[in-house]
Amino acid sequence: MSESVKNTLLFVIVAALIVITGIFQSWNTALFILNMGLISAIMSMGVNLQWGFAGLFNVGVMGFIALGGLAVVLISMPPVAEAWAAGGLRILLGLALGAATIVAAILTYNRMPPGRNRVLAMLVLLAVGFFVFRAVFDGGVQAVESVDPSATGYLGGMGLPVLLSWPVGGVLAAGAAWIIGKAALGLRSDYLAIATLGIAEIIIAVIKNEDWLARGVKNVSNLPRPVPDEVDLQNTPTFVDQVQAIGMDPVPASSLFVKLGYSVHFVVVLVIIFVLAQLALKSPWGRMMRAIRDNEVAAEAMGKDVTRRHLQVFILGSAVCGIGGAMMTTLDGQLTPGTYQPLRFTFLIWVMVIVGGSGNNLGAVLGGFLIWFLWVQVEPIGAFLMTVLTSGMADDNALKLHLIDSVAHMRLLTMGLILLLMLRFSPRGLIPEK
Amino acid sequence: MEFLNAIVALSNYVLIPAIAYGSQLSLGALGVTLIYGILRFSNFAHGDTMAFGTMVTILVTWWFQSMGISFGPLPTALLALPLGIVGCMALLLFTDRVVYRFYRAQKAKPVILVIVSMGVMFVLNGLVRFIIGTDDQRFADGERFIITAGDFKTMTGLDEGMAIKTTQGITVVVAVIAVALLFWFLNRTRTGKSMRAYSDNEDLALLSGINPERVVMYAWLIVAALATIAGVLYGLDKTFRPFVYFQLLLPVFAAAIVGGLGSPLGAIAGGFIIAFSEVMVTYAWKKVIVYLVPFESLEPSGLVQLLSTEYKFAVSFVILLIVLLFRPTGLFRGKSV
Repeated sequence: MSESVKNTLLFVIVAALIVITGIFQSWNTALFILNMGLISAIMSMGVNLQWGFAGLFNVGVMGFIALGGLAVVLISMPPVAEAWAAGGLRILLGLALGAATIVAAILTYNRMPPGRNRVLAMLVLLAVGFFVFRAVFDGGVQAVESVDPSATGYLGGMGLPVLLSWPVGGVLAAGAAWIIGKAALGLRSDYLAIATLGIAEIIIAVIKNEDWLARGVKNVSNLPRPVPDEVDLQNTPTFVDQVQAIGMDPVPASSLFVKLGYSVHFVVVLVIIFVLAQLALKSPWGRMMRAIRDNEVAAEAMGKDVTRRHLQVFILGSAVCGIGGAMMTTLDGQLTPGTYQPLRFTFLIWVMVIVGGSGNNLGAVLGGFLIWFLWVQVEPIGAFLMTVLTSGMADDNALKLHLIDSVAHMRLLTMGLILLLMLRFSPRGLIPEK
Repeated sequence: MEFLNAIVALSNYVLIPAIAYGSQLSLGALGVTLIYGILRFSNFAHGDTMAFGTMVTILVTWWFQSMGISFGPLPTALLALPLGIVGCMALLLFTDRVVYRFYRAQKAKPVILVIVSMGVMFVLNGLVRFIIGTDDQRFADGERFIITAGDFKTMTGLDEGMAIKTTQGITVVVAVIAVALLFWFLNRTRTGKSMRAYSDNEDLALLSGINPERVVMYAWLIVAALATIAGVLYGLDKTFRPFVYFQLLLPVFAAAIVGGLGSPLGAIAGGFIIAFSEVMVTYAWKKVIVYLVPFESLEPSGLVQLLSTEYKFAVSFVILLIVLLFRPTGLFRGKSV
């Protein structure tokens, strides 16, 4: 069987799985899996860029995804004029002072001769800067957060079209990646892993706690959508007529129509990123990246600037994850910082890349769809299995109740087993790198 | 008097909790550092190993309690601890046999082993949630306090009280015993010496007839014991929740790296550095400062809390970054693979 036949077959299988879901469960679920699958494919392409192309071990994917989500709020929500009047400028001033302190500390470090004086000067500078920052910043935060806390209590966004937030999400993630990369790249792989893991937790902590930014755990809901609203569609006579002409009820039809609208948007983004990634992989740049990945020392001896190239690809990959994160928040229609968990948003993406085939963009896309499908479907399958297994027991049997209650945790177990089995028996993934 | 009150307040809110937390982190970091020294990879499943050992201990504790066995004023969990350790040892030896051994034979790159440990992390995480659920489990029983705040006040006549929880006392005592045993084992016994030799120079150790599989087996056994002890002490002191144990991975790794991966002494120092800075940066200092300033007019108006407690991860992380930037192998010169 030739390679292209095999690859096509794999994609056909995944498509068939989604269609089967549509027939046996509901088309709503099928479209949900499709949409999230598209987003997962984009995220796993981002990780693939870092790991597959360059061998960078980034386990902070969750942070970049969350930054993408934050971008949606900052771009698309209408600004809260009252909050801006209350303390918006003061917050900005505080942030500027904080940034200035850090820049000044870095300058001191670079300009002063090494020694005790330099350490002392930096410490004093940082301490003074910190208290000035808190003095200015805290007042602003209090003022903003007390503006109608149950409805707003934050600065709001810019009121721009929501589609703009996707590239902005990428830029935001890229910016964070630049800072992280400057500090942590060049460290050994394990250290980079821990560093990124920590950064992701910090980003989530900031989004959760800084209510003035995006309401923290109070969530921002009713984000603007790039597609029409279901209720509006049901009240549009032309839509209702057309749907009834093909024999469907307008209410479920409108929901499917909206989901398909999202799918079209996502497919466009996926195709653009896929083509770019494919071009990058085949270009001299891509070959250089893989050369660096396979033998850093040799590449350095050939005159390649390894640290700079790593920084470059780290930023690019993180930006792709950020775009995916912005798309996901747009699809959800709300930003819920409490739901970001590393197992779901970092390690699951890694499973997608490893299972799909690291170093191969097509593999990453396939992994994204397949693993997301399993992530959703393992629970109903597990519930079915448990019901069958325990059918001999009495209904009030403690073990039976426990087993059926615990079905939700089958997911993690299954994902771990899939990852371990793949690594053992097919470490290059379903569609290996050429 | 005022000065004494300040010291008592400081001990009560900062020193005692930080010492207990630091002991727990140190034990966790020792496990990470041993795996790194012997097997040469960062074990991402360590947090979940701790959770697994603790879970077994909790189950045994419940079983003991149901049979009416108790440990007097001490928590029953201490009696269950040996069985928890045995359970965790069985688990780690099993994962080594079915998962890690294959890659060792292949001489796989360390980063592959890290990804493999990610898979193990998923499985263990799922397993623990599957068996005991995701809820909080409190399993501490027996006396709650060694000294309560009220007793302390009547004893000393000071305004500030100082409470020492039983769990805090137990944490320190057990941690000291565990660390003493560990260092005795590593420095005095034949097996311990062969482990250190293997960690220092694998080829030389192999040439002198050290059996690598034996060394690896002992490493897993010790790590199982350390992880379970660390997990149970943390759970007794605070509470057991699988997700929290997963999150402990970050401070534990920070401690191990700050001390220098592969260096047991460094892991202990790192644990205390991380714990003290976390507690000190997130503590509201007003109470202590009030006793120290001579005039009421000088008293701070705010709480004087540098960062809110939700940012404690940021603290361990910043320390980690600073150490890595200025002293990349850690404070105690760990190794780098």
